Amino acid sequence: MSTLVDELLEKTETLPVEKYTAKDFQSDQDVRWCPGCGDYSILAQTQRIMPDIGIPRHKIVFISGIGCSSRFPYYMDTYGFHSIHGRATAIASGVKMARPDLSVWVATGDGDGMSIGGNHLIHLLRRNLDIKVLLFNNQIYGLTKGQYSPTSELGKITKSTPYGSLDYPFNPAALALGASATFVARTLDRDPRHLQATLRRAAEHHGTSFVEIYQNCNVFNDGAFFPFTEKETKDDNVVFIEHGKPLVFGKEHDKGIRLNGFTPEVVSLKDGKYSTSDLLVHNEKDTTLSFILADMTYMSHLPRPVGIFLSIERPTYEEGMTKQIQTAKEKRGEGDMSKLLNSGETWAIE
Amino acid sequence: MSKNLQSLEEVTIRFAGDSGDGMQLTGTQFTNTTAILGNDLSTLPDYPAEIRAPQGTLFGVSGFQIHFGSTEINTPGDQCDVLVAMNAAALKVNLGSLVDGGAIIVNTDGFNDKNLKLAGYAANPLKDGSLSKYQLYEVDITKLTTIALQEMNLSSKLVDRSKNFFALGMMYWMYNRPMEPTIAWLKKKFSTKPDIMEANMRVLNAGWSYGETTEIFKVRYEVGPAKLPPGRYRNITGNQATAWGLMAAAKKAKLDLFLGSYPITPASDILHELSMYKHFGVKTFQAEDEIAGITSALGASFAGDLGATTTSGPGVALKTEALGLAVMVELPLVVCNIQRGGPSTGLPTKTEQSDLLQALYGRNGEAPIPVIASATPADCFSAVFEASRIALKYMTPVIFLSDGYLGNGSEPWLIPDFNSFPDISPRFRTEKEGFHPYLRDEKTLSRPWAIPGTPGLEHRIGGLEKQHITGNVNYEPQNHEFMVRLRTEKIERIADDIPMARPDGDAKGELLVVGWGSTYGAIKTAVMHQRAEGLPVSQLHLRHLNPFPKNLGEVLYGFKHILVPEMNLGQLLKVLRAKYLVPAVGLNKVQGLPFKSGEIEKKISEILKGNI
Repeated sequence: MSTLVDELLEKTETLPVEKYTAKDFQSDQDVRWCPGCGDYSILAQTQRIMPDIGIPRHKIVFISGIGCSSRFPYYMDTYGFHSIHGRATAIASGVKMARPDLSVWVATGDGDGMSIGGNHLIHLLRRNLDIKVLLFNNQIYGLTKGQYSPTSELGKITKSTPYGSLDYPFNPAALALGASATFVARTLDRDPRHLQATLRRAAEHHGTSFVEIYQNCNVFNDGAFFPFTEKETKDDNVVFIEHGKPLVFGKEHDKGIRLNGFTPEVVSLKDGKYSTSDLLVHNEKDTTLSFILADMTYMSHLPRPVGIFLSIERPTYEEGMTKQIQTAKEKRGEGDMSKLLNSGETWAIE
Repeated sequence: MSKNLQSLEEVTIRFAGDSGDGMQLTGTQFTNTTAILGNDLSTLPDYPAEIRAPQGTLFGVSGFQIHFGSTEINTPGDQCDVLVAMNAAALKVNLGSLVDGGAIIVNTDGFNDKNLKLAGYAANPLKDGSLSKYQLYEVDITKLTTIALQEMNLSSKLVDRSKNFFALGMMYWMYNRPMEPTIAWLKKKFSTKPDIMEANMRVLNAGWSYGETTEIFKVRYEVGPAKLPPGRYRNITGNQATAWGLMAAAKKAKLDLFLGSYPITPASDILHELSMYKHFGVKTFQAEDEIAGITSALGASFAGDLGATTTSGPGVALKTEALGLAVMVELPLVVCNIQRGGPSTGLPTKTEQSDLLQALYGRNGEAPIPVIASATPADCFSAVFEASRIALKYMTPVIFLSDGYLGNGSEPWLIPDFNSFPDISPRFRTEKEGFHPYLRDEKTLSRPWAIPGTPGLEHRIGGLEKQHITGNVNYEPQNHEFMVRLRTEKIERIADDIPMARPDGDAKGELLVVGWGSTYGAIKTAVMHQRAEGLPVSQLHLRHLNPFPKNLGEVLYGFKHILVPEMNLGQLLKVLRAKYLVPAVGLNKVQGLPFKSGEIEKKISEILKGNI
């Protein structure tokens, strides 16, 4: 028996995909983030890549929780659901299980996704539903006006930690890898090209895509990522990891990362002792390597890794669910309620 | 030896033993066989929260009571006529519920020194004359089971676990029931474990033969079929009926059913049941927690499934915020609360009705939600169907209330004609022209359901206050109050779409007993008894608890006295008194056990005698 959803899909699936521009993804709502907020760039780059992913606008759903980043769906002219704190990933899971045909995106933050919603996030990652998670990491609580977040650095002075935060910060990439994510990336709000390229790769991935985006909160945590995003400092503080390429960084491309056993270390390419052929070559299919790279994150003697840590294939949850249903229907026939009601032990009263 | 055969109208048997003794299984088998014989019946499983509590302890006792007869049966029985006690603790815990002069069948092997000590008996009650007012039958069930299995060379553990079938065989003999249904069940259940199947069958037969040959049993009983309305029947538990009711609603709505659920006693069986029906297109999702259970279901509803979540009180507490979101985004959602004793973890395996106020009011903000309660195990089917109908038609979350007693209890059910259930399919909005996410239907005030995938209807919903019609975020004072009132009115208007309240008995008079949920059977029995004695008492049982039937006030005003029995401290009572300003009184019991009809009868006569 076909459902009302099947009937709708039958009518709409054959429609040609329109040629979109970024503008087609801008809703009629005024964007209400603070002027200068990193969210503007993330929104713009997302709208820019949307026409390229080949999915009709009406098949795209953006889901969010609570926080500055979670206003995101209001500004996308797609289907959208601005829900409650921390639950976007759980709602998105329901949407995807109900409708595997939809392209489901989650906009969340370091508080929404890793504090109040940490549980749902890790379970989504291990289940590997085909959902794209954009985690805006600004290392602070913005919407509640400036308390420390689960990614704030140890000792951070905020309104709620006047004597310094005692919480050791989460490393989002490592957390995602630990939860068996199949796609884990880090990118920067102030690097539009890298951001766009990463979003495209996230969209292409079949499974849960976890994208941590360093996002500047210019009101409550201004400059938290400047060492990694500003022209003067970026080159020496960031190593961009790319599949199949050695890990080279520095203004003069004169430094590299070499593995000493399992331990990454910085080597100079200038003094003739090492060349690029001695360097660690990134392989985004290598799970073990992804852990080593993600682990570099808070090591002050190492550059901050940015890029795609891991991109591997694993069957998605919703495929498994759909398959079980199909198999059951093939084996047992389409469920018949009258038959079920009369099945098993029954008896007649005259 | 010929045995005397006596005919009985009704009888109540309680099987009791260690939680590992298989008493629930024994009771369920006896129940199914009894149902097939055409008796009316009602059951009360009563078991501890621990899976296998330490052997022989008082807190490890598991019981299963069945009340069956050739007359109408509405309760599991106030007292039992027969107590089957597998050990001393089971006797101690359950003796109080045995009628004076009732029969006790004990497994004497369960009364050794250790058993007696664990049960707190200073002297052996089988020997000290303390049971003289009962008919005591002493049977060494363990030994007889061992003898029956002698040739099979089974482990002593396996032998020990078969002894419940000896008790079952004896009771089948004593109440003249066929063994075939249980034998058929054993063959199916243990088809891959022939040893266990064979052992249980042998022991079952041994129990029967023991009854036939021993001299200690002088009488057999016969309980004829009940005069139930004609038709085809099956036995059903409340949780199974709830699962099937949700499936039926999805079919009649032409939607897939999505269940997001986290295991919790006593609701888990609904998840287990639904997970078997993949060929019905049912999607079951065992979520990481209660919150993900409801939010995934809400997500599924947003996407065009019938979203449902099943839980018990503590789970509802966790789902509260998401319920408010469902109110705000106005999407259909069915939330099933199989209530148990609270607060907090409370009494996980015991029944209570103490979540009514939570269902009605337990949210932040003004967040009205329709509430529907089932009255009997089988009634769960149509009650949850009704909950789904309202959810879909009015685009709202609906709370369906059942409880541990209904969920685990069972009764014969006149199988309904599925075709007679109404079409409840919603209309997905597809027209682009004039679409606004919060432009309402004039009559129902429900908003359009435009699911993702519909070209041209891209829109955003969320938990922030909405502007009337456009659904855009809006914080204006006048709009907020308007929307709060509008959401409330939408729910109130459902009263136009539900049956009027109609008391059983007289429409006006001296005393009306008002109930809701699982107290139905006990109240009905009590009221029937009192009316048979000519007393002026009527019964009104409420299925719709929000909104109430439109004429509820009128009905209440027609009676001089109103009595509200509840398994809580007076929650419906509070609502009725507040809303209708009637001098209703409560009869309240919070022991984790259902009412006995006698308790309600006593209160009725006190009121009618002017003692209250």
